[in-house]
Amino acid sequence: MTKLALNEEILLKIEKPARYIGGEYNSIKKVRENVDVRIAMCFPDVYEIGMSHLGMQILYDMFNKRDDIWCERVFSPWMDLHEIMKKEQIPLFALESQDPVKDFDFLGITIQYEMCYTNILQILDLAQIPMLAADRTDEDPIVMGGGPCVYNPEPLADFFDLFYIGEGEVNNLELVDLYQECKKAGLGRREFLKKAAGLPGIYVPSLYEVTYHEDQTIASFTPVCKEAPATVVKAVVEDMTEPEYLKKPVVPFIKVTQDRAVLEVMRGCIRGCRFCQAGMVYRPRRERDAKELLQIAEEILKNTGHEEISLSSLSSSDYSGLGELVNGLIETCSEHHVNLSLPSLRIDSFSLDIMSKVQDIKKSSLTFAPEAGTQRMRNLINKGLTEEDILEGARKAFLGGWTKVKLYFMLGLPTETKEDMEGIAELANKIAAEYFDAIPKPERKGTVSITSSTSFFIPKPFTPLQWAPMCEVQDYIDKAQTVKHAMKDQLNHKRLSYQWHSPEASILEGVFARGDRRLCKAILKAYESGCLYDSWTEQFDFDKWMQVLSDCGLDYHFYTTRERSLDEIFPWDFIDAGVSKKFLIREWKRAMAEEVTPNCAMKCAGCSADRFSREACHHENQN
Amino acid sequence: MKIRIKFSKTGNLKYIGHLDIMRCFQKVMRRAEVDIAYSAGFSPHQVMSFASPLGLGVTSEGEYVDIEVQSSQSSETMLERINAVMVEGLQALSWVKLPDRAGTAMSVLAAADYRVAFDQPVPEAVRKQFEEFLSLDTLVVTKKTKKGEREVDIPPLIYQADLQEQTLFLQLCAGSAENLKPEQVMNAFMDRYHMEPEQLRYHVHRLEMYADLAEDGQERRLIPLERMGEVIV
Repeated sequence: MTKLALNEEILLKIEKPARYIGGEYNSIKKVRENVDVRIAMCFPDVYEIGMSHLGMQILYDMFNKRDDIWCERVFSPWMDLHEIMKKEQIPLFALESQDPVKDFDFLGITIQYEMCYTNILQILDLAQIPMLAADRTDEDPIVMGGGPCVYNPEPLADFFDLFYIGEGEVNNLELVDLYQECKKAGLGRREFLKKAAGLPGIYVPSLYEVTYHEDQTIASFTPVCKEAPATVVKAVVEDMTEPEYLKKPVVPFIKVTQDRAVLEVMRGCIRGCRFCQAGMVYRPRRERDAKELLQIAEEILKNTGHEEISLSSLSSSDYSGLGELVNGLIETCSEHHVNLSLPSLRIDSFSLDIMSKVQDIKKSSLTFAPEAGTQRMRNLINKGLTEEDILEGARKAFLGGWTKVKLYFMLGLPTETKEDMEGIAELANKIAAEYFDAIPKPERKGTVSITSSTSFFIPKPFTPLQWAPMCEVQDYIDKAQTVKHAMKDQLNHKRLSYQWHSPEASILEGVFARGDRRLCKAILKAYESGCLYDSWTEQFDFDKWMQVLSDCGLDYHFYTTRERSLDEIFPWDFIDAGVSKKFLIREWKRAMAEEVTPNCAMKCAGCSADRFSREACHHENQN
Repeated sequence: MKIRIKFSKTGNLKYIGHLDIMRCFQKVMRRAEVDIAYSAGFSPHQVMSFASPLGLGVTSEGEYVDIEVQSSQSSETMLERINAVMVEGLQALSWVKLPDRAGTAMSVLAAADYRVAFDQPVPEAVRKQFEEFLSLDTLVVTKKTKKGEREVDIPPLIYQADLQEQTLFLQLCAGSAENLKPEQVMNAFMDRYHMEPEQLRYHVHRLEMYADLAEDGQERRLIPLERMGEVIV
């Protein structure tokens, strides 16, 4: 039995002590003395969120397959424990060994969303590791960051020793090898970091210097030593059959957000939606073999005992082996009494047919993501979905017995007009009308309900819309009000409901998404003045953040509402994320011209990510 | 076929609550490929019921869960199979086949044994107070329930009590009709003698759970729940 870092009194006082004790099935215990390198892998949010993340489990498995490495997990202590650890000076510990993180060789933090930035500082603070990389010594772990947010790591540049840009399977083990060599050769952390900067995908922020124009935009972004490359190319798994698939994920005791086995069917997306960062930076599309996935599914279910399995990809409908995979899974699942959950499917006859096999139609709702209310705007964002597609899909679904529809939209897209906003309500109304048209009165059971949700569009790096300005808080509120009123004006308004997110968090997310190094001091100051768990609505304190930004002499409009010119140097321009800037500019111009670009299966758009693909990433979709 | 599994819950698992232990057992059944029966309906679930939930912080070597299976190998083999895929801190101790007409562990539960282990040896003065406490004929306390509060007379529900130097053995009434927990006994005791929690720190460990075989009007005849079934050879 592992001796726990927290005593019984604390554990019985705090919420969900299971978050902090480790010992879950498939978690890895090793003998301290028998390993050479210790890695603490952190998801800077609460356990239930972090344990739902596939990427962390993949890397945990990969590192621990090496006998000389012990990789352990770390999550953010919830507020109740945070207070206790601060007060009693208990150093943050890793779950498996319960040892202090500060004694590890590496602290790897996966950065999945911008609103976790203060949580990263909490991790460093509680671990008793200096928050600023410049203050760390050879006694401190190497703090590295990975995940989607490192496609613009600059707002975090001061806190990390290095960033790993791209897919974790490629170079992480080489990085550890290099560390071991340096340790053997008696080299310190500065020397190690310089050498690490030479590995593909590795960015060491302290080795770059940034100068600014008078208008605060970047004048130059240059390496200060010869080891650091001017352009950091993302690391990509070129052949998806190569990395050994994760077959023994850790099984949490407590119910986590995604409490199921996950099958990753492909990476990358062929769709080319112009707002979507994942759709751009994970290019090219790379598929796994359906037969192999079916075998893996059997193994994962046997190894975990999970009662549900789900597919993971950006757009499962585009997976060429979907039919074979899903039919095979339906068989496996019914044999083992396992539920199959199918997210992100395009609604068509094929998907409705398989969904009717695996879901309780009466209870489940259908989800469409038209993203915008008018065809003009859908063309602008390159969402290749027409009103006819949506209405036809909805009609088929109603005939198949579904009565609940969820719709997702964005507000605040560039060039948005009142017509685009009202279009959201009109589309919802048309879907409701489709129900009354499709289902004769005597056959209606219960009633149709159409739920529309809007979020505010946030321009992200490496997307064609990275040049787009954001709006002011009040504009966002007005936009949501416009939609709300338009809903009330619809004929079927009693069947429509509308939800929207509050805009404040979107503003801050927008600041970080396209932010630069100068934000580091604001993030530090925000954490020091009590900002934490900013992604949790009840914790988020917008006014405090605004105060901190202005105290640091930063005008957030520079990051949000400002118009950017095509020749501006962006803080993330030193990264080669696969898609070329030429392509992004071309796509931005086509967006402004409201022109649709065919998806990769129809015609190669020349994004230049095909460099990373061993097979043609734009082959004809068989499905 | 009805199967009763006896198991222990020790060590760090005391921080895992009852609902999570249930989920854990469901997963163990799948990992061990136990041929468990599923309920009918669109989302079938395993036919499984626990004798009595164990509070957070409490350990046990006498927990019970009943399941229904389509087939079973010998008790020994089944124990090996499930223990091979169990987590540290949970261990299956016995696997017995129940008569078809047997009631669930939850419905037949009548009493439970506990060991209350004190952090420090119990002082003489406290010992005297405890003797007095045990000799009371009646002591009504207010018990919080899901529906509100209700009054319970404690002494009739304490079947046995034996205070040693640093441990207290308790046999208490258990089950769906009346259920007394060691913490309730300790709270009643400390309330009565105006003691603060810091004065008497303890840890509770459940030892065994029983059914009562006595007919109406007869004296209690308790047998451990596992003895209601037979080992499969």
